[in-house]
Amino acid sequence: MTTVITVPPSLDDHTLETVFDQLAPLPADQKVLVDARHTRWASPYGLTALLTIAQSRAERASFAGPETEETASYWQRAGFYEHAERVFEMHGHVPRPRGHAGESQVLLEITPVAKSDDVHEVVEKIQSKAQAILVNELHLDPMATMRFAMTLSEVCQNIVEHAQTTGWVAVQTYRYRQRLGRRVVVIAVCDGGIGFRRSLESAQGRKLSDRWDDGMALEDAMLRGVSRFRDPGRGQGLAGVRRYVGKWDGKLAIRSGTARIALIPSWDEDIALREGLAPFPGSQVQITIPERVAKG
Amino acid sequence: MTYHIAIDVSSVLRRTVCELYSNLVTRPTGATVRRAIEEALVGLPEPNVTVIDFSHVTLLDFSCADEIVGKLLDAQQRADGRPRTYFLIRGLHEPYLEAIEAVLERYDLAALVQDPAGNVHLVGTLDDGARRAWHVVRQRGSVQVQEIEAELGEPSIPWEEVVSQLSSRRLVVRRDDGRVALPQAS
Repeated sequence: MTTVITVPPSLDDHTLETVFDQLAPLPADQKVLVDARHTRWASPYGLTALLTIAQSRAERASFAGPETEETASYWQRAGFYEHAERVFEMHGHVPRPRGHAGESQVLLEITPVAKSDDVHEVVEKIQSKAQAILVNELHLDPMATMRFAMTLSEVCQNIVEHAQTTGWVAVQTYRYRQRLGRRVVVIAVCDGGIGFRRSLESAQGRKLSDRWDDGMALEDAMLRGVSRFRDPGRGQGLAGVRRYVGKWDGKLAIRSGTARIALIPSWDEDIALREGLAPFPGSQVQITIPERVAKG
Repeated sequence: MTYHIAIDVSSVLRRTVCELYSNLVTRPTGATVRRAIEEALVGLPEPNVTVIDFSHVTLLDFSCADEIVGKLLDAQQRADGRPRTYFLIRGLHEPYLEAIEAVLERYDLAALVQDPAGNVHLVGTLDDGARRAWHVVRQRGSVQVQEIEAELGEPSIPWEEVVSQLSSRRLVVRRDDGRVALPQAS
């Protein structure tokens, strides 16, 4: 028997929780069909996280993509189908690439990250497009391109160093009408690996406190720069990312296991630490950097 | 006599990691570059001022800053003053400098950074007295310890010890004539 997992019409970091809620009670070997036929829009976080659902299943999951031509075509241009076909059993129409029409909103198509060379390639790819978008369109300072690529590099390395599996990264820009009314650039990095708690537990000699759970693991990693490695220099990547995101008045959110931690800017009303979420393997990171507006 | 050596990190990257890469990103890349620099330092005449030049590096992330600068300087510091190498870091864009400062703080280290105009700056962690003494040395070019004491006052501070600390951390050079100066690139 196959259980149908319904993907909401608009898929972002918040609505994706409804997908995780549906998956949580199912055993890993339960056959599922991820049904995105009625989905009209997905953030890069939503698209990369959908791929990690396939990683989380012992029985190969099925996938049915959006019925709307425009949505399916956009997902195709964002690189979703190229990877979905490798990890899902595909149902229904799978759109094919048409020529080499560039997608201006997609700074980085969905790209797999498993090893250090992949991080090099991601950084090489993003640099040429990032300058034009970040400085000319989002009005960030000229050094933002370097800081942005440094940020992207560090969050991708999180997969290489901690996930113990392949993850995916995507970078897109769009107008964030819902909360901000401004353009944003969004980095999404998702994997279905071991997650922050298990990664930190693997540190030799680490003493776990009575309250040791996914939430505390996220607090340790994001707020206290704790790493599973004992070198004093470890844990700086995420600390650096946090500093830069704060500098840009951006938002950093990391979900892992049953918890989600967020660095929240003034324009957002999220909760800093959510616990007791539906369990889902790995780590899912989203960074949102808003267009800078002149202070009046 | 002080010897002068310059290491172009971008060239080391292309030679040791990949001809096609111009970005210093990821820990394995940083570790490979650092080992190549360490190998290049072995057997150099002493004392020497080694310039680590990042001018042609397109990108330096936090992990690479740690692997290259953090671990290199930390190892030198732990080597109890041998070899007598004074590092001068050059060619840093503002974001790279931020990354290196963060790294130095984690290791409780300080380093000398040269800006495009040739001015040398102190970055990283250093106590207030040592920092003030270092600035006197920079301002005057070369000084006797007594001149630092005369400039800064505070006889309760053991300035001789402070200068020894700066010297052992390779932030100043004690010349044969007893004067204290900054390590200079050629």
